[in-house]
Amino acid sequence: MITLLLILTPLVTGLIAFFLKQGNAAKNFALLASVATAALSLSAVFAQGTLTYDASWLTSIGSRITLKADGMAKMLTLLTAVSFPIIFTAIYNNTYKQAASFYGLMLLSQAGLMGVFLASDALLFYFFWELALIPVYFLCSIWGGEKRIAVTFKFFVYTFVGSLLMLIGLLFMYFSTADQSFSWQSFQAVQLSAKQETVLFWLFFVAFAIKMPIFPFHTWQPDAYEQSPTATTMVMSGIMVKMGVFAVIRWLLPMFPVAAAQSANLIIVLSVIGMIYASLIAIRQDDIKRMIAYSSIAHIGLMSAAMFTNNATAMEGVMIQMFSHGVNVIGLWIIADLIEKQLGTTNMKELGGLAQKAPVMAILLVVMALANVALPLTNAFIGEFLMFNGLFQYNMVMAAVAGISIILAAVYTLNMVQRVIYGNVNATTEKASEIPFNIQVALVIITLMILVFGVYPQPLLDLTGDSVSAIFVNK
Amino acid sequence: MNAIIFSAIMGVVMMFTGILTNKKPVITLTAIVALVILLVANLLNSYGIFSIQVDTKELLHFNKMGMFFNTLIIAGTLLFVLLSGSELEKLGNKTADFYALIFFVLCGTAILTSFNGMLMLFLGIEILSIPLYILTGSDKKNLKSNEASLKYFLMGSFTTGIMLMGIVLLYGATGSFGLVGVTNSALPPSAGVQSASFLQVAGLLLLFAAMSFKVSAAPFHFWTPDVYDGAPSVFTSFMSTIVKAAGFFAFIKLFASNTSLLGPTWSIILSFVIVATLFAGNITAVFQRSIKRMLAYSSIAQAGFMLFALYSNNDLGTEGIILYTVAYCLATIGFFAILMKVKDYTFDGFNGLASTQPVLAFVATICLLSLAGIPLTAGFFAKYFMLASVVKAGGPIWLVIVAVLFAAISAYYYFKVIQAMYFKEGQPETAEIGQGFKIGLLLVAAAIVLVGVLPSIVLNCFYF
Repeated sequence: MITLLLILTPLVTGLIAFFLKQGNAAKNFALLASVATAALSLSAVFAQGTLTYDASWLTSIGSRITLKADGMAKMLTLLTAVSFPIIFTAIYNNTYKQAASFYGLMLLSQAGLMGVFLASDALLFYFFWELALIPVYFLCSIWGGEKRIAVTFKFFVYTFVGSLLMLIGLLFMYFSTADQSFSWQSFQAVQLSAKQETVLFWLFFVAFAIKMPIFPFHTWQPDAYEQSPTATTMVMSGIMVKMGVFAVIRWLLPMFPVAAAQSANLIIVLSVIGMIYASLIAIRQDDIKRMIAYSSIAHIGLMSAAMFTNNATAMEGVMIQMFSHGVNVIGLWIIADLIEKQLGTTNMKELGGLAQKAPVMAILLVVMALANVALPLTNAFIGEFLMFNGLFQYNMVMAAVAGISIILAAVYTLNMVQRVIYGNVNATTEKASEIPFNIQVALVIITLMILVFGVYPQPLLDLTGDSVSAIFVNK
Repeated sequence: MNAIIFSAIMGVVMMFTGILTNKKPVITLTAIVALVILLVANLLNSYGIFSIQVDTKELLHFNKMGMFFNTLIIAGTLLFVLLSGSELEKLGNKTADFYALIFFVLCGTAILTSFNGMLMLFLGIEILSIPLYILTGSDKKNLKSNEASLKYFLMGSFTTGIMLMGIVLLYGATGSFGLVGVTNSALPPSAGVQSASFLQVAGLLLLFAAMSFKVSAAPFHFWTPDVYDGAPSVFTSFMSTIVKAAGFFAFIKLFASNTSLLGPTWSIILSFVIVATLFAGNITAVFQRSIKRMLAYSSIAQAGFMLFALYSNNDLGTEGIILYTVAYCLATIGFFAILMKVKDYTFDGFNGLASTQPVLAFVATICLLSLAGIPLTAGFFAKYFMLASVVKAGGPIWLVIVAVLFAAISAYYYFKVIQAMYFKEGQPETAEIGQGFKIGLLLVAAAIVLVGVLPSIVLNCFYF
């Protein structure tokens, strides 16, 4: 029942939010709703074992409302549930035109994300996959930057094409099941010929790869992140990209183990190319937002490579990193948004000396930056360590090449810190002031998560342990 | 039988209403009452209560599927009149006659849902088409409307000739006008394969061409944009939904039992027609500046999807065409009702509609999402069933992928309208919009979402 509530709470509150008065009412309501969802999610995390929910839906075509929260799903719903209150707190001082619709759409996208992570029925999964996309399309197009319409449309078309290809895959799988059902179990049990498996694998993979995004399916991403309202960018980069990673682990790998093993080399090579390529571009960026976007592509590249190594250690790393990357990147976006709000620019050439003007922000930014570099004692370290470990066991050369991205990450991140925080105050940064209380709260929560899970990641490992072992027991 | 008889009577009633009164709201109200009576009569008929029995000498065959389809068509027309009736009243002083013609069209569709032989098919098509030629030209002072009417009439008559030729060839080959007779009288099977004579194949192909014209499938679609654009919008809405759906139903019924005669050639021809239709509709729609013309091309594109039911020829395809009819009628009638309230039919005319008319923009968005086939709307399951039926029938995967890619292209032009409404600044001029109209639109939107989440609501009716 908790699983159902995790979807229904944001869905219903999101719909209600549309009808609230503009301004503070919607803002407060959304914050409360997201806190309620977070409380529900925490109770789900502390509940023992796998939580399930099952109800009939489209009996004639063999689709049911089946929800399943195992460790991985619990962890990702927790990420989704915790991120939203943080995001809402961080943007509390922002005023949006048509605030009611803005918060309504945000909550609807949360419902979609929850559904994706919980659905254990392929058609339901597809439904939520799209439900998460549509509100984001509107969020970016209405409240985004100058070039928002064209950019968001590109994003929409990319993901929509991916989704449709996945739909074809779903149809073929459905007709191959013994009991004509969309259930996860039936999909896993399908026996396919090698050729069929390869074709279906790629149909699904492209959809997931676009969402993550991994090289060469990533071109929509930097523009979309830059042009979207920052709150939406946080959702997209913090949580939405995890949909792709999650979908690969939950659906793709168990359904097509043979094709996955065959294609692993190619995908890992692509991912590693993407990591290096994105890191190099990140170094060349002057805009903080674009730098974070490219850095995100590099991090996701490592996750996608690790997933295909067929190695339990790497998989554990992916699990932890999904959570850590989500939290960290949201922290970075909050600061980028803050700088943009205060100074009207995110161009590093025009910034400098912020440490003198806003020391608290400087400290928090350094913490986020170090987490982005995956320094030991931050949450990202353990994830990256495990993933590199697995990648090393798979192929030493690729691990070595991928390892270069760690150095490159340090280059662009520390470069950003140096150019933004240190140096002299200039005409632009003269007007900077210390960060407002609400943003401090949001950032401190994130900092705590970075440090706690950096020192003691065991709770996350315990939580996702059952999912990882389930993946490797079946093999 | 109820639907045929009642629709004909109601048509005559409407003509008399025009003599008795010239108050337009009264006429519309009469039409609504008449439609409700027709709907009830048809529903009673489908449950076997109060059904008028006439010996049709096997020319007509009434089954539940056909009656259910009648229900959909009549309900769709009712929805159309409720939402767009006021627009219809604005077209000159012949309101009652227009309604009469609409009832005659319904009579034609009722025959098409129950025909059991070529003669009745022909009659149904003609009864349906002739009122449409008149309705297309109903805006007498508008040259475009006149031109469209003439074009439609000439092309339609030409198609009639082709259709008759096809029927004649089939009759020559088999000695029968019956649907079943044509199939059964094929040449005796040789080596276990039933084969058709040359005359039969030629006849079927001519019929195929004629029916393709009626549902505006490529390469017989060229009349569609001009006619849809030239006709008064209110009738374009009617023609592109109700009439088209009926045409499809007849098309599928006609070929369901005959496809085996053509063997593998059939699927090749049909794949070509499907791909050509999807291509012509979608690609041309992208370049339109007028939303009305865009909808004309999108209706060609939607026909491409509906043809999949013909391709797969299985139960999933039949369910799919029912769902498609519901989804497509809801979305298109709803969107056209909104379109008619906006003064400027170009994309720019919709700029900023969301800020001036939020309800209209919201419902238009739901309709467009449904037309694009986005999940949570009825259009998704409509497209889903079509694709699923092809997969089930063992169709080639490339055909499904092509369809899906065109669906993605269609999102481009549908979303252009959404972009104009929500993301662009402007002060679109709109006609006065009443509360009732808004509530009606919201109900349409609710229905689209409801069918999108629970398509079984519609499909279960089908198996009542």
